[in-house]
Amino acid sequence: MIDPIYNLDISHPPDINGHFGRFGGRFAAETLMGPLKELEEAFYEAWQDKKFHEERFHLLKNYVGRATPLYHAERLSKEVGGARIYLKREDLTHTGAHKINNTIGQGLLAHRMGKKRVIAETGAGQHGVATATVAAMFGMQCDVYMGREDTERQAPNVFRMKLLGANVIPVDSGSATLKDALNEAMRDWVASCESTFYIIGTVAGPHPYPLMVRQFHVIIGQEARAQCLAQTGKLPDVAIACVGGGSNAMGLLHPFRDDDVRLVAVEAAGHGLESGEHAASLAAGRAGILHGNLTYLLENDEGQIQGTHSISAGLDYPGVGPELAAMLEDGHLDLDTATDSEALEAFKTLTRSEGIIPALESSHALASGIRIAAGMNPDQIVLINLSGRGDKDMDTVFNLLRGEIEGDQA
Amino acid sequence: MKRDRIAECFARCRNEGRSALVGYLTAGDPDVATSEKLLLTLASRVDILEIGMPFSDPMADGPVIQAASERALEAGASIRDVFALAAKVNNAYPDTSIVLMGYANVPYSVGFEDFSKQAADAGVDGVLIVDIPPEEGAVCDRALKKNGLHRILLLSPTSSDERIKLASDAANGFIYYVSLTGTTGAEMGETAAVKQQVEKIRAFSSLPICVGFGVKTAEQAAKVAAFSDGVVVGSHFVTQIPQHSSDRNAMVAALKKAASAMRNAMKKESV
Repeated sequence: MIDPIYNLDISHPPDINGHFGRFGGRFAAETLMGPLKELEEAFYEAWQDKKFHEERFHLLKNYVGRATPLYHAERLSKEVGGARIYLKREDLTHTGAHKINNTIGQGLLAHRMGKKRVIAETGAGQHGVATATVAAMFGMQCDVYMGREDTERQAPNVFRMKLLGANVIPVDSGSATLKDALNEAMRDWVASCESTFYIIGTVAGPHPYPLMVRQFHVIIGQEARAQCLAQTGKLPDVAIACVGGGSNAMGLLHPFRDDDVRLVAVEAAGHGLESGEHAASLAAGRAGILHGNLTYLLENDEGQIQGTHSISAGLDYPGVGPELAAMLEDGHLDLDTATDSEALEAFKTLTRSEGIIPALESSHALASGIRIAAGMNPDQIVLINLSGRGDKDMDTVFNLLRGEIEGDQA
Repeated sequence: MKRDRIAECFARCRNEGRSALVGYLTAGDPDVATSEKLLLTLASRVDILEIGMPFSDPMADGPVIQAASERALEAGASIRDVFALAAKVNNAYPDTSIVLMGYANVPYSVGFEDFSKQAADAGVDGVLIVDIPPEEGAVCDRALKKNGLHRILLLSPTSSDERIKLASDAANGFIYYVSLTGTTGAEMGETAAVKQQVEKIRAFSSLPICVGFGVKTAEQAAKVAAFSDGVVVGSHFVTQIPQHSSDRNAMVAALKKAASAMRNAMKKESV
């Protein structure tokens, strides 16, 4: 039985060509149009099939560990001295981040379509690990494309993927980061679409990916909504999530879209928006076409995609999901940003006040959430998506905080 | 009334009993000044010149043309340079058709209205945007049409009958058939399968059909020319650039030789 809190209706769907307002669509090479159509049909067909969902929910419960808890962070709330802060604990899922919700869904779909091989792009490596995990479980061959620079700063995740039996292919083209890994995965798929399923890790790319990945993640917000009602008797006043491509944000925020809840997306401001070294496509970008969809992009005056910077590899992407761009323009979404140092500060605050070590990506949502909660009062509720755990970031944080922490001990 | 040089080109080739040679180079590769020499060299030996607009994320291209884009951007090539180079080719070779090829974000960033106007002013005949399929034509079709530019569309081995019809209705100038499922410069498979697809497309469209992606040798070009209206050669020409990166004169000479060899092979075999 599927718990009735999980609504299987597809709310706010795009138009037949995958447009959310003026965004989205299917800006893909002709060779991929057939496979994308086939994927769209398979997705809709599966979504109508009760058996598909029973299998999916079985895995989400017994393999992923859902439902994830909604945790009232009382000590943190007290320290902040404003609204009550609740954390949606996606960090407690199998593999340590929300990404697995989507790879379970797409993995099942790949299996159903009879594909023997899956490919993926990854930035921080969380989506790569989640894909490799699902590939191992279903017995599918798995190749993961990862920018050379990311393979170096996220070395433990590279090793995890290899342990899981995946082949990790470092990408040297372009800026050797997530966008280039996506380009390379697309090039692979163009040549291999007959036999291969491309598991995109975020709510971007050509239709049906933004819709499909959103649908596989809305479980986050649906659970949080029901849990918040059960624990507090009301809905949150504000719901907050970090945004790279936007998968955890769509997952948490979309189910609150028709509620009277303020939805906040937090982008990575890196060294500060004015420095030009950031990954804030919605806050500082403009509409353009990349990776199969029309959306907000960070680009120069000539339409060349710009390099991005964030302390967290998972937010280091020059685009954003098209539905987020549409929600922002339609006034359904508020925007905030957090710099590297603000995220790091929030990382330390949560670790010390609650004994929870968050991912650096999620730390951006925390930084914003703490700021917003401070200006509210205790009968109000701020819901923050703790999209992943910080284990993978130990190397980065070690290098940044070593002196400070060792100073504490002295 | 503006000349339809693309239609004239295919009519001329038909009269001469041969297929059209379509040659590709990325504008600004390896730098704008050398690119001008290379484009002029190629323009004098092909029927249709495809000028690539460099882009930071060329998703449909293999390593050879990706590197060309990177070299051009590193050398500072801009969209203004693309138009200027097209205009120079147009002045020097008024009978050679010019097609701009690239990815959506560059013209979208300029704005398709401005882009189309500037392209038409530079003497461009058609535009091929890899990542704008017929379904997404709303972003560009009106502007291209208004400025008298052909919208060249791609078809591939994965295109269904429905898609062939869709593209045939939306395309003008010619149809570019991608001979393989893969990126530019990959290995072309059996010519027999390519021939079969080309014949299938003819059932839906009376437009000339050019075949590209993966034509690297004069022998392949001759084989493909036998059943198509045009053969597109890209990576094979582009690859002359990094092979002679230290000597610009040798680079131009190598391109001249490669283009002449393709042209001669096609003439000989398909008459």
